[in-house]
Amino acid sequence: MKIIRVNVNGRDMEVAVDERESLADTLRERLRLTSVKKGCEVGECGACTVLVDGRAIDSCIYLAVWAEGRRVLTVEGITGPGGELSPIQQAFVEEAAIQCGFCTPGLIMTAVEIVGTGRRYTRDELRKLIAGHLCRCTGYQNILNAMERVAGVAQRVGGE
Amino acid sequence: MYDIGKIHLARSVRDAIAALSADPGAHVVCGGSDVLIKIREGKLAGCSLVSINGLKELAGVALEEDGTIVIGPATTFADVTRSPIIARHAPALGGAVDQAGGPQLRNVGTIGGNLCNGATSADSAATLLTLNARLTITGPDGRRETALEAFYEGPGRVRLAHGELLTAIRIERRDYEGFGGHYIKYAQRNAMDIATLGCAVHVRLSEDKRAVEQYRLAFGVAAPTPVRCRGVEARVNGRPLTEKTLERIGEWALEEVTPRTSWRASREFRVQLVKTLSRRATERAILNAGGAAI
Repeated sequence: MKIIRVNVNGRDMEVAVDERESLADTLRERLRLTSVKKGCEVGECGACTVLVDGRAIDSCIYLAVWAEGRRVLTVEGITGPGGELSPIQQAFVEEAAIQCGFCTPGLIMTAVEIVGTGRRYTRDELRKLIAGHLCRCTGYQNILNAMERVAGVAQRVGGE
Repeated sequence: MYDIGKIHLARSVRDAIAALSADPGAHVVCGGSDVLIKIREGKLAGCSLVSINGLKELAGVALEEDGTIVIGPATTFADVTRSPIIARHAPALGGAVDQAGGPQLRNVGTIGGNLCNGATSADSAATLLTLNARLTITGPDGRRETALEAFYEGPGRVRLAHGELLTAIRIERRDYEGFGGHYIKYAQRNAMDIATLGCAVHVRLSEDKRAVEQYRLAFGVAAPTPVRCRGVEARVNGRPLTEKTLERIGEWALEEVTPRTSWRASREFRVQLVKTLSRRATERAILNAGGAAI
């Protein structure tokens, strides 16, 4: 076991982790941040996407010990203090961009990274930017609609 | 939980080299997008790792006083693409690594790992070959330099002795200035796929932009390792830009590649891709070098 210092969802903390565990396991099992989903566990489906220092990564192929000194953001960290949905989550609800919901937290985190750039994107650019996510309900059109609704509108989410 | 026997988190290049030297069975891990997946598949079960993830001295792109571009091997694909130095001086390279995997992978996968794993399909390799990239390799006894072309030994094998680390990728000014480049990745899907074939071209035109001064062509997945096509280059150098030249590049290239059948594609299909992609990449590279459409 090794103790890492990491900022998770805005809180500095020390977490004892096994050096062999993925960040996805640490977030889910030790910190109970179960928005982080484990799908393929080989970095293909994007369900475990979180932001590390503002960048979307697959937490299933990222060792927890690598997060030492870094900022980690999950869906739990982007809601308001009273549990209010962030504008990105709201856009997913309004565009019915959710079916079974398994891919949703990962896609929301990629949306946070995209929105954080403050740029506007074409639909083709957005398609490329969500290419690291698989939605097996194949609800991509509504996901893109939600992304379009929010990209370039909400500038700052969850301190990123 | 990964089946890792032990892991040493290196604090510096020197520390990593010492740890590797002390452990003959250790593997280097950087971004993890290759190594961790191999472990997950059981291929490296119980392995010993030396992690160079997050080593600042190995990351970032810099421009030296003489115009040499120095890319830290631990620079992620995304950071290579985002680098203003790459965007300005070697945009074809930024475009090539922007086609590896998907967005999350490009935020962790590194350009050095892409070379050191020795894959013929590496999206950075063909373009770096056409930029005459040179590698700085650091080991227990100091540094050495090698051309990227000489680095490849065979499929999945590179000339990196145990205890050695790739510590810089260098592109000299004379190898990018005035050149236009382009890389085409052909894959079954537009993302999250490995190249069926990759083709990179860099070209510098004469002052009046009507003839080729220097032509460089390289392929991925057309041979056991990424390959430069020096024979084609010699035949194209100095020629006027004509339809006839363009037409023959693909035919000539076939003399220098040895594509094979794999589950991804047949040899015959790869032969077709060599012909088609070399022409298309050359056309785009000519436009990017300031030439006119032919």
